[in-house]
Amino acid sequence: MTNDSPDAALRRQIAVKNFNFYYGKYHALKNVNLEVFKERVTAFIGPSGCGKSTLLRTFNRMYDLYPDQRTEGEILLDDKNILDRGVDLNELRAKIGMVFQKPTPFPMSIYDNIAFGIGLHERLSRVDLDERIEWALQKAALWDEVKDKLKQSGMGLSGGQQQRLCIARGIAIKPEVLLLDEPTSALDPISTMRIEELLHELKREFTIVIVTHNMQQAARVSDFTAYMYLGELIEFGVTDEIFVKPKKKQTEDYITGRFG
Amino acid sequence: MSQESPSALRHRVGDLVFFNLTRFFAVVTLLLLAGIIVSLIHGALPAIDKFGLSFLWTAEWNPPMDRFGALIPIYGTLATSLVALVIAVPVSFGIALFLTELAPPWLRRPLGIAIELLAGIPSIVYGMWGLLVFAPIFAEYVQPALASTVGKVPLLGALFQGAPMGIGILSAGIILAVMTIPFIASVMRDVFEITPPMLKESAYALGSTTWEVVWNVVLPYTKIGVVGGIMLGLGRALGETMAVTFLIGNMNFFNGISLFLPGNSIASALANEFAEAESEIYTASLIELGLILFVITLIVLTLSKILLNRLSAQEGTSS
Repeated sequence: MTNDSPDAALRRQIAVKNFNFYYGKYHALKNVNLEVFKERVTAFIGPSGCGKSTLLRTFNRMYDLYPDQRTEGEILLDDKNILDRGVDLNELRAKIGMVFQKPTPFPMSIYDNIAFGIGLHERLSRVDLDERIEWALQKAALWDEVKDKLKQSGMGLSGGQQQRLCIARGIAIKPEVLLLDEPTSALDPISTMRIEELLHELKREFTIVIVTHNMQQAARVSDFTAYMYLGELIEFGVTDEIFVKPKKKQTEDYITGRFG
Repeated sequence: MSQESPSALRHRVGDLVFFNLTRFFAVVTLLLLAGIIVSLIHGALPAIDKFGLSFLWTAEWNPPMDRFGALIPIYGTLATSLVALVIAVPVSFGIALFLTELAPPWLRRPLGIAIELLAGIPSIVYGMWGLLVFAPIFAEYVQPALASTVGKVPLLGALFQGAPMGIGILSAGIILAVMTIPFIASVMRDVFEITPPMLKESAYALGSTTWEVVWNVVLPYTKIGVVGGIMLGLGRALGETMAVTFLIGNMNFFNGISLFLPGNSIASALANEFAEAESEIYTASLIELGLILFVITLIVLTLSKILLNRLSAQEGTSS
C-alpha cells in the first residue's frame, strides 16, 4: 500500500485497515478499510446507527474514555498505528482536533476558550498567544464578530458563533486533522451555510473528516464520501462519483432517498 | 360570570383552595423565621442592654461574677469550622473526582453509598468515637509529629504549639471535617455528574488530561453547585453541637492561638450551660450567643452569594 491511489497529488493522512469496533459484545464496525487524504474533506454518510460517528471517534481515540469499548485492526496516522497501547493520547489529540454535534464552549471567556487548548501543549508569550488567538478566530471567520468582546463569556454567543468558536479552538492548536461530528445539526440554515463555506477555506491547511446525516451537505462540502450501513463500509470514493453514479445499489437507494 | 357551568366553578374553587393552601405553607415558613429572630432578640435583650456591642469582643465568660463576652465561643466556632473546611474541601473534591472520573464502574456505587452512610451516623457517635478512640491516638502520634514539623515553621508554627492533649480546637475541627466530608463530597459528585459528557469530551479532544478537564472545565461549569455543597458543609460545621462538645475541651479562657489548645464553640456552650444558667443575665447571654450564631450563618450565606456573583463576573456571563 505505498502509492496506489488514483490521483498522484493525493497524499494519505489516515489509513483504516481491517478495522473492527465493539461496544461490549456488540460488533459496531465490521472490517472497515478506508483512506483519508491530506487537505481534503472526507464525509461519512449513512442512516443513524450505521457507525459513522463511532468510526470518527476512533481517530482521536475518544472511546478510551469509556470502558468496554475495544478495537481490532489498525488505524494509521502518518503511518503510525494510533491504536497502539503506547500512544500518548494527549499528543495524538493535539494532532487531531474535534468539533461536536452541539457547540460546547467552555465556561470561560472567548479568549480563554481558545487559550486553554493552546496552553495544554505550548508555552507562548503574551504577544504570540494574542496573535495565535486572532489567527484562529480569523480562520474560523469569527474575528470580526468577537474582536471587541474577547473577555466576555463564550456561552453568550449565538449557536452558530459558538460552533465557530469551537472550530477556532480546535484549529488554534494547529492540528493536522479536524474531525467534525455532525457540526451543523444544531444550527439554523444560515449558520450552517457559514460553516460549510468555512470548510472550503480550512481544507487548504487541514485534513477534514465530517460526519453528516445531511446528504446535500456531504455533496456540497466533501471531496470523498464514505457510505456506511449497519457497521459496514458499503462504498467509498470521490464524492461526485458516489452521488452521480454510485457503484452499489444500496448506495444509490440511500442517496436518492428511497431509503434511510 | 353570569353563566358559569358547575364543573368550571368546581375547578375554580379547587384552584383557589390549592393556591391558598400552598401560599399558607410558604407564609408559615417566613413567619417562623421572623418569630425565631424576634424571640432570640427578645430573650437576649438584658444581655444586649448590659454589655452592648462589647459583648462581641470580650473574652471573659464569668458566670459567678455575671460578666459575659462572646469572643471565646465565636473564635472557637469559626476556628473549628475553618479547620474542618480546610481539610474537608480538598478531600471531598478528591472523592468526587475519583467517583465520577477515575473509579472503575463497579466500584462507584458501593463507594458512593458508603460515603452517604457516613453522613447518616448520628453526631453523638462521632463525638464518642472522637473522644475515646481518635483523641488518644491523635495525642500520642499526630500532635507530636505536627509540632515537630509544621510547628517549626515561622508564623504558621504558632498554630501547632503546646501540650498534646488530644482534645482541643484542632481535634474538634478534624472530627467536623470527617462529618462534613460526606455532605460536600456527595453534592460535588452529583454536580460533577451533570456536566454534559460532550463538554468533557471537547476538553479531552483538545488533549487535556483528566485533571485539566476537571479543574478547568468541570469545576467552573459546576461552581454554583460546588459552592453550595461547601456552604452546606460549613452550615453543618458551624451549628454542630454534640461532637464538638465532646472534643473541644469546653474551656472559656483564651490562652493563645494554638489549635492544640482547648476552647469552646457557641453551640457547645449553649448545650453545656443552659441547664445551669440561673441568673437572668446568664440566660440572656446564652440566648445572645444563639443570635450571634444565627447572624454568622446569615453572613456566611451572604458571602457565598457575593462570591458566586464575582465568579460569574470574572467569567463574563454578565454580558
